[in-house]
Amino acid sequence: MKISYSWLQEYLDIQVSPKDLAEKIERSSVEVDSVTQPSDGLKKIVVGKIVSMEPHPDSDHLKVCSVDVGDDELSQIVCGAPNVAADKKVIVALPGSRIGGNVKIKRSKMRGVVSNGMICALDEIGFSKDVVPKEWADGIYFLPEDAKVGEPVFPYLGMDDYLIDVDVTPNRGDMLSVYGVARDVGAIYGQTPKLNHPQVEEVSSLAADKVSLDVDQELAPIYTMRIVENVKIQPSPVWLQIKLWNAGIRPINNVVDVTNYILLKYGQPLHAFDYGKVSGSTIKARYAQKGEKLTTLDEAEHELSERDIVIADDQKPIALAGVMGGLNSEIDEQTTTVAIESAVFTPTLIRKTAQRQNLHTDASQHFERGVDRGGVEEAVNAAAQMMHELADGDILKGIVTGATYDVKDEVVSVTLSRVNHVLGTALTLDQVTDIFKRLGFGVQVDGETYTVSVPSTRWDIHIPADLLEEVARIYGYDNIPSTLPSGPTTIGALTEKQKLIRDSRRVLEALGLNQAISYALTTKPKASQFMMRESAVTELSWPMTADHTTLRMNLISGLLDDVAYNNARRVKDVALYEQGRVFYKDSADQVRPSEHEHIAGAVSGQLVVDPLKNAKNNAIDFYQLKGIVEKYLDNLAINGEVEFVATDRYPEMHPGRTADIQIHGHYVGFIGQVHPSVAEMYKINQTYVFELDLDALIEMPKDMNQFEPISKYPVITRDVALLVDKSVTNAQVLAQIEKKGGAYLKSVELFDIYDGKNLPGGKQSLAYTLTYQNPNATLTDDEVNQAFEKVQSTLTNELGAEIR
Amino acid sequence: MTLKDQLDKIRQERKEDIKDVVDLKKLDSLRVELLGKKGPITQALRGMRDLPADERPSFGQFANSVRDELQGAIETRREELKKQLLNKQLEHEKIDVTLPGKPVAQGQPHVIQQIIDQIEDLFIGMGYQVLSGPEVEEDKYNFEMMNLPKDHPARDMQDTFYITKEILMRTQTSPMQARTLEKHDFSKGPLKMISPGVVYRRDTDDPTHSHQFHQVEGIVIDKHITMADLKGTLELIAHELFGDRFDIRLRPSYFPFTEPSVEADITCFNCGGKGCAVCKYTGWIEVLGAGMVHPNVLNMAGVDSEVYGGFAFGLGPDRFAMLKYGVDDIRNFYLNDVRFLTQFSKKG
Ligand SMILES: [Zn+2]
Repeated sequence: MKISYSWLQEYLDIQVSPKDLAEKIERSSVEVDSVTQPSDGLKKIVVGKIVSMEPHPDSDHLKVCSVDVGDDELSQIVCGAPNVAADKKVIVALPGSRIGGNVKIKRSKMRGVVSNGMICALDEIGFSKDVVPKEWADGIYFLPEDAKVGEPVFPYLGMDDYLIDVDVTPNRGDMLSVYGVARDVGAIYGQTPKLNHPQVEEVSSLAADKVSLDVDQELAPIYTMRIVENVKIQPSPVWLQIKLWNAGIRPINNVVDVTNYILLKYGQPLHAFDYGKVSGSTIKARYAQKGEKLTTLDEAEHELSERDIVIADDQKPIALAGVMGGLNSEIDEQTTTVAIESAVFTPTLIRKTAQRQNLHTDASQHFERGVDRGGVEEAVNAAAQMMHELADGDILKGIVTGATYDVKDEVVSVTLSRVNHVLGTALTLDQVTDIFKRLGFGVQVDGETYTVSVPSTRWDIHIPADLLEEVARIYGYDNIPSTLPSGPTTIGALTEKQKLIRDSRRVLEALGLNQAISYALTTKPKASQFMMRESAVTELSWPMTADHTTLRMNLISGLLDDVAYNNARRVKDVALYEQGRVFYKDSADQVRPSEHEHIAGAVSGQLVVDPLKNAKNNAIDFYQLKGIVEKYLDNLAINGEVEFVATDRYPEMHPGRTADIQIHGHYVGFIGQVHPSVAEMYKINQTYVFELDLDALIEMPKDMNQFEPISKYPVITRDVALLVDKSVTNAQVLAQIEKKGGAYLKSVELFDIYDGKNLPGGKQSLAYTLTYQNPNATLTDDEVNQAFEKVQSTLTNELGAEIR
Repeated sequence: MTLKDQLDKIRQERKEDIKDVVDLKKLDSLRVELLGKKGPITQALRGMRDLPADERPSFGQFANSVRDELQGAIETRREELKKQLLNKQLEHEKIDVTLPGKPVAQGQPHVIQQIIDQIEDLFIGMGYQVLSGPEVEEDKYNFEMMNLPKDHPARDMQDTFYITKEILMRTQTSPMQARTLEKHDFSKGPLKMISPGVVYRRDTDDPTHSHQFHQVEGIVIDKHITMADLKGTLELIAHELFGDRFDIRLRPSYFPFTEPSVEADITCFNCGGKGCAVCKYTGWIEVLGAGMVHPNVLNMAGVDSEVYGGFAFGLGPDRFAMLKYGVDDIRNFYLNDVRFLTQFSKKG
């Protein structure tokens, strides 16, 4: 809400600049979005008087005006506005001026006639079209008769005022009015705002004879009305219009403007009905009935729900209560009798209706945040009195009340020691008393206990903690000391699981993969790819976009999206890993998915990129990524053997280049090449991926005792080269070697693999180094030879190997 | 010429020869020639028997000295030559040290992760636990136990992805306040924890909004925790993440789960507080929300708010990263362009 600095000055003696005031408000009350002056960016725009006017020689609609702009000579200005007329005071943008939209005005020629500037409409000097009064919408604006020629126009239009745009939090609905802000600013500066209260001049006939109210108090705890007769509808005086347009509200006519003015001033939304359009004399506040429709003032038709509150006459809804009036009871130029509604509606119902009908108005926003229940009567009185003064209306006697109750002060107690205990301050009894008094709260002190009576203008305060906040903000957060929590020592440390997750990230980074953080919400097909187990999907009930509807059940698909993003931008070499959650459901009936930490990687292009021409350009392959995964698992020191078992069970993976990863016989993940057709779908180059169940890896027992003394006895090695069928795997060979290797076989290493030319068809040559060592004695050649022979014969017998 | 004269002549002449040799091989053959069995010194020593007996000892001494001298000269020369050779080789081996180093594979932690790790380390050092909670949360924890009943208008501040009426994508890490408060055994000491994690809002992705982002929640509950403690803690975060010259300013705000509630601004990193477009000419940039835990939140979790109290705060690593590095589009964090990811060296 934009609060006028000059309007505040009517109630307070503010000695600081608007900017400083805004800063103070921000530090003590609510956030301030901006401080602006409507004339910001405008210059050399002055009052001019059209002395005479003649038609343009070459145009039907242009007029050549002689304008007094305060210079010795009259200025010739060409104007095309339909309402341009002699003897009027108008807004003149002089040559060299700057008008709205940062447009510069120069001396120019219009169809051959010199124009020394421009006569402006309101929207040309920065007014939003939404706030320009209808009467001035299609032409230039006429300034008051007494406007001084040659002077800047800004003061005549309220454009020299400063507007402080406050961003009010949901609890501080009281700050959505000039009075509310005046009270709070008063408290900050220790001033009591001089707020005026209306004296109502009533006629003798009774309002109650005109209207009776039938109100469901559940919907409207307070519902009152005043009747004003014989009003003369006309434009409001300029001072009122200025207050409205500076607040972003379009002036309409004196009656409607009064209701909006009261809203700005008191924060109490009012609604004015044209009494003459109301059928019958009973006005109801009730739930809408099924099938009822209402066209609101914005000319939108609403199908009403049975949970919407309406104001209705004996036939039809005439307003969407607390949100917007109906077109069928609108104040118009023929209106003579006005029914002014001043009420409090139940906030949640208004909020729901505004949401349901997608109609968020100033009124609904006020009601949602609550209004001063003690101020309903004053607001309607002030409105009626203004209609009397501005529209010559006769105020009928009495306020008609459909629902009301006795609004009392909220009494809250708090002790001084509590205040200092929570704030960490050393305030005195008097300091705190003073703060409560400045806020306009009643306060009684008994010992160190304050009994505070909070008036209805601060309906957000109910409990001692609320009072603490009042003390803190008025005392000033800057004045609160800075300390750190004292008290018993606590131990801060990452848990074992957290450490392993951090270690996992570091290891994969050390191995060349960059950490990615992808979206956990994806499409249903992508969420369901690369699945490590069966799971039902978890879908949002109301997603925002089709790209993010379903919770992922794998990390790879997100990484492939990342690869695609990079590939699309000609970044070919992508090495990523991600550590994050996947979401599983055992069945579609399970409401809440279980969450599992996974870790996954995707590498496309080269892992290490050497731009030098003679450097080897090696695109990632299965074995390079396998090396990374092996090293990672090695670092985790999980107790148990890691096995890679060929599999074709993942539809999204290359059937011949994928392996399940098992540790100690337990499935923990998989690795391999993304299936070419899936890669095509993602629009990515050849990519290798892995995904591991990080929770499972964390749970698995770790090899705690990793130290093995380094033997002082020599090792003896033997090499063996075998010719075997291509279908024989390395794992099979290793298994045979290890089975028959004997007690001293320390390690086996593949050092050559060849399946090229010069080999019989379907054969490959594999060569291994076997290393023998006795930790307790020197091995003899004989011992090694014996053991080695056993290995050779088992390879021949079991795998049909030809030893070469 | 006496034998001695001959020898002396050899000494003088050949010493010069030795100095002239430029090649190790030649030096070697010269050594054999001079000092070998057939060499002049050996010969001279052999010829010594023809000398009178009384001259022999002094001649022998002389001959040996000549041999030592020549040998010394050869060794000296050999060292010189070796050194020359090495120098030549070294010169030959000269490389262009300005050529690029050989690339090695090394990945980087995500910039948001770096910030989270930094925050975790700071708080671990102050005795906080680090806890993580579910991303798919119950309405009860995400809202109700955070003092946001079903019809609370503040729910509109956080557009929510619902899965069912009661299950949702958490909109904040605050539910971890409720979850830990419920479980914590206060007889074992104060509760001090932070909880980093991913949160979700029903938002359209644009440069300043992301439907997925991160938060770090913090809460301290004990018998005597004050707003001043909160202020000091927030200052520490600012100093740790941005530097000591950054100040914190607290402003009143509103969160249903804290009372009093504050928003914390930090000195504008761009202008240092003088005022610029980034900070809307205020010199301050809003970075986090905090407050004293609302008694309703404590009571709902079964903690006696008359005895215990404390502060809570929630900060956004995404926003911190954007401010710290001047990243102007939050979507960068989730699109994982390698060129973006690899810019943030760990040192920062
Ligand atoms: Zn700045």
